[in-house]
Amino acid sequence: MSRYYLTTEHHPENGTLLGFWLYLMSDCLVFACLFAVYAVLGRHYAGGPTGAELFDLPLVAVNTSLLLLSSITYGFAMLAMNGGRLRETLLWLAVTGMLGAGFIGLELHEFAHLVADGAGPQRSAFLSSFFTLVGTHGLHVTFGIVWLITLMMQLGRHGLTAANRRRVMCLSMFWHFLDVVWIGVFTVVYLLGVLP
Amino acid sequence: MSEEHVPHHDSAIEHAGSRKDYVTGFVLAVLLTAIPFWLVMGHVFGHSDVTAAIIIGLAIVQIVIHMVYFLHMNTRAEGGWSLLALLFTTMLVVIALSGSLWVMYHLDHNMMPAGMPDAMPGATAMPDPRTMP
Amino acid sequence: MRELVFGRLSWDAIPFHEPILLGTFIAVAIGGVALLALITYYRFWGSLWRDWITSIDHKKIGIMYVILGLVMLLRGFSDAIMMRAQQAMSFGDSTGFLPPHHYDQVFTAHGVIMIFFVAMPLVTGLMNFVVPLQIGARDVAFPFLNNFSFWMTASGAALVMMSLFVGEFARTGWLAYPPLSGVMFSPDVGVDYYIWSLQIAGVGTLLSGINLIVTIVKMRAPGMTLMKMPVFTWTALCTNVLIVAAFPVLTAVLALLSLDRYAGTNFFTNTLGGNAMMYVNLIWIWGHPEVYILILPAFGVFSEIVATFAGKRLFGYASMVYATVVITILSYLVWLHHFFTMGSGASVNSFFGITTMIISIPTGAKIFNWLFTMYHGRIRFELPMMWTVGFICTFTIGGMTGVLLAVPPADFVLHNSLFLVAHFHNVIIGGVVFGMFAGITYWFPKAFGFRLDPFWGKCSFWFWLVGFWFAFAPLYVLGLMGVTRRLSHFDDPGLQIWFEIAAFGAALIFLGISCFIVQIIVSIRHRAQLRDITGDPWDGRTLEWSTSSPPPPYNFAFTPVVHDNDAWSDMKNHHYSRPVEGFIPIHMPSNTGAGFIIAMLSAVCGFSLIWHMWLPAAGAFAAMLIAIIVHSFNYDRDYHVPAEEVLHVEAARTLSLSGQS
Repeated sequence: MSRYYLTTEHHPENGTLLGFWLYLMSDCLVFACLFAVYAVLGRHYAGGPTGAELFDLPLVAVNTSLLLLSSITYGFAMLAMNGGRLRETLLWLAVTGMLGAGFIGLELHEFAHLVADGAGPQRSAFLSSFFTLVGTHGLHVTFGIVWLITLMMQLGRHGLTAANRRRVMCLSMFWHFLDVVWIGVFTVVYLLGVLP
Repeated sequence: MSEEHVPHHDSAIEHAGSRKDYVTGFVLAVLLTAIPFWLVMGHVFGHSDVTAAIIIGLAIVQIVIHMVYFLHMNTRAEGGWSLLALLFTTMLVVIALSGSLWVMYHLDHNMMPAGMPDAMPGATAMPDPRTMP
Repeated sequence: MRELVFGRLSWDAIPFHEPILLGTFIAVAIGGVALLALITYYRFWGSLWRDWITSIDHKKIGIMYVILGLVMLLRGFSDAIMMRAQQAMSFGDSTGFLPPHHYDQVFTAHGVIMIFFVAMPLVTGLMNFVVPLQIGARDVAFPFLNNFSFWMTASGAALVMMSLFVGEFARTGWLAYPPLSGVMFSPDVGVDYYIWSLQIAGVGTLLSGINLIVTIVKMRAPGMTLMKMPVFTWTALCTNVLIVAAFPVLTAVLALLSLDRYAGTNFFTNTLGGNAMMYVNLIWIWGHPEVYILILPAFGVFSEIVATFAGKRLFGYASMVYATVVITILSYLVWLHHFFTMGSGASVNSFFGITTMIISIPTGAKIFNWLFTMYHGRIRFELPMMWTVGFICTFTIGGMTGVLLAVPPADFVLHNSLFLVAHFHNVIIGGVVFGMFAGITYWFPKAFGFRLDPFWGKCSFWFWLVGFWFAFAPLYVLGLMGVTRRLSHFDDPGLQIWFEIAAFGAALIFLGISCFIVQIIVSIRHRAQLRDITGDPWDGRTLEWSTSSPPPPYNFAFTPVVHDNDAWSDMKNHHYSRPVEGFIPIHMPSNTGAGFIIAMLSAVCGFSLIWHMWLPAAGAFAAMLIAIIVHSFNYDRDYHVPAEEVLHVEAARTLSLSGQS
């Protein structure tokens, strides 16, 4: 026996959730840069179309609703997981994924329309910043969906193990974080963008 | 004998959400989304500055709602480290955003022709070196 | 189809007509083949893969980082020698041997390599090796990510090295400002090599930052509260916070530059609403914290060394911690001092000038703490302590020239002059490089089981110290006389003498590096005489010195319990005796090749993107995603070291310790 060492097994606390949170903080800073660029260049229309001319606010409202709904469906997945109900977890994850896919689909549709109208990212600094900020968010959501599908397969294979629970919690943080970023996007880009 | 029992629970950020929390957060978020859309689409205020200030304020509130109700942010998660990380990140975001805007505004004001941030198209265009003789 | 596969890559990319490059390539090829032959001859391939490439052991990874940094130091220093030679010769009619087209690549590569592929790996390597040992842990929080991070850094370095032989490098300076770095004015592959090597290495660095923060937060031995951590661990914590908080900005800015180059966007162009100053602004928001990322670990190294070799507890532990934290926060409030001259006006310049001056205060506090630790101590002038004293003298002066530059009116005269170049080399060499050599010398015996030869080490030190001053003091003079940086030719012959003195200094540093290499070779050959048997060759104060040299893979047979600062000193003062029985199985992570594979794929992807080889790029990217997903399906990532094996290892140590006394 010694006051200078433990004679039993010592397991340090698992750091996955803190680590993932720190990653999200770093991602926050990436988005902050993109927002800063949008803030500085967002009115540089270069004689081209403005936000007021381009943005379809009802469509954005639909998109926002899809993402917000997907946040609460993920919440229900978490509740099911905490209750040990695997099938219900998978069901709510699937719904979340589909809402996310809907969001991406609508966004791609919006982008295609803009490009076809000659308002692509090359047209002006405003449009470059718009496509990059909104597109980066969309890319994150897409990766989230790929992760979600992978995780559903892993849950199907191994069930609600400790490792899988941590993964579901990490994806949950990721998903909600993306919704938080979207609040910034729809406010700063779309709503402020149409104001004179 | 210095035996330390290390409790094995993950002091997870997302550990203790309840159905009530999620629904409350969702309803608040819907409200805080609907109002800004209405303010802008309905041209409720004459001055866009007022509208801008309100919707930015509401966005900040909604972000906090998301943090509390969906991400279960509190002072205990991960021994307080996640809140500390969030506050530090927020501080940096504020510095980077406000600092950039301040610096870029002054640079444009001092250094761009006619002091306009959005210089006239072509006003500062460099001649394409490939077409130079 | 051919274009989709080969992009703009062609045989023209290989510099057959450049004698210096061709010669270098031949030398590298011969050396490389010799190395491969040696590995084959000693049948080392299996061990190389099993024990090093796939290792997730923080000690091995730390050593690999340091080796990478030292190898890249040779490349970066070659660039330095070429610059000094060119600038000493090229006056009036003589144009030296480097045309501007090449000179510009040399100074760009010199900066990029020294910062990203020498200083960062050395710093990361030391932190990786030392921190888990200092906090009484068995490894870092995410061992697989650690391995992956290293290989991503190595991939970035590989891409930079490839630019020497396939294509060319950027000619923009190490920060690649647009519009020069945009596609209109740098249409060739150089800036793309720059972008992708930094993006790939940046991912590694960011993940490493997260890894070490979580390690320090979660894996400290019981009883080691934050204010009982060794100071090196504190500086490591703050450094990694800076990494996580700064590198995302670099990632974002380089991504925007690459969008301008690849997708025709208008972030930093002159037309269609772009604003090049936004790049400058953002890149320095990253750039200033970056230099603190480099220096804080060096400060940590010096704190450990001063306490150990003065035989006293570090003076002012709490103030050291507060100073480090204050520096961390303030480093985000000074960035504009890098572009005072760009016209932001009096209010903005004054604000940032004042914050820049304020940030020197906590650094000053640290210097006083080191001096007060030495005061009334019983100082042993072993090599690490010599590096430390050299640092205190050299770095302090460099810091003062920094405060001088912090005054905007002074900076208007000195910005982008050789005075600036002298200043930052003064603090980086005097601070970071000396710190890394001090740290390497200090912890080498822990890593390898034998000390470095002191004689050759002292030769290296003196050549570095004297060489540095000969190389850079003239640059202060030249800068004050108005000479601009990054020039490859001068008209005023009156300046030549200063450049010749500087070239002499570079030659001395060359001798310093040579002595270091000789030191390593001699130490290996004389390792029996230099053996560290006790594991505590310096009478150290922190936990890493309680292990054998090198430590066993599991670091500690039993997790230590900490009661005071300088935990190992505390244990020695209380006549601690090592446990020799009752060992239990130890839970350890398994090696894996996944990190190496994913990183190599990212290098292929980067190379393909550089050369516009769209099909290989897409393929490599898809392969990376698949590899990541496949790796995530592997749940079997750990094993237990059986108690008998622990007993065996510990018994061997008991035997060697008793043989010694």
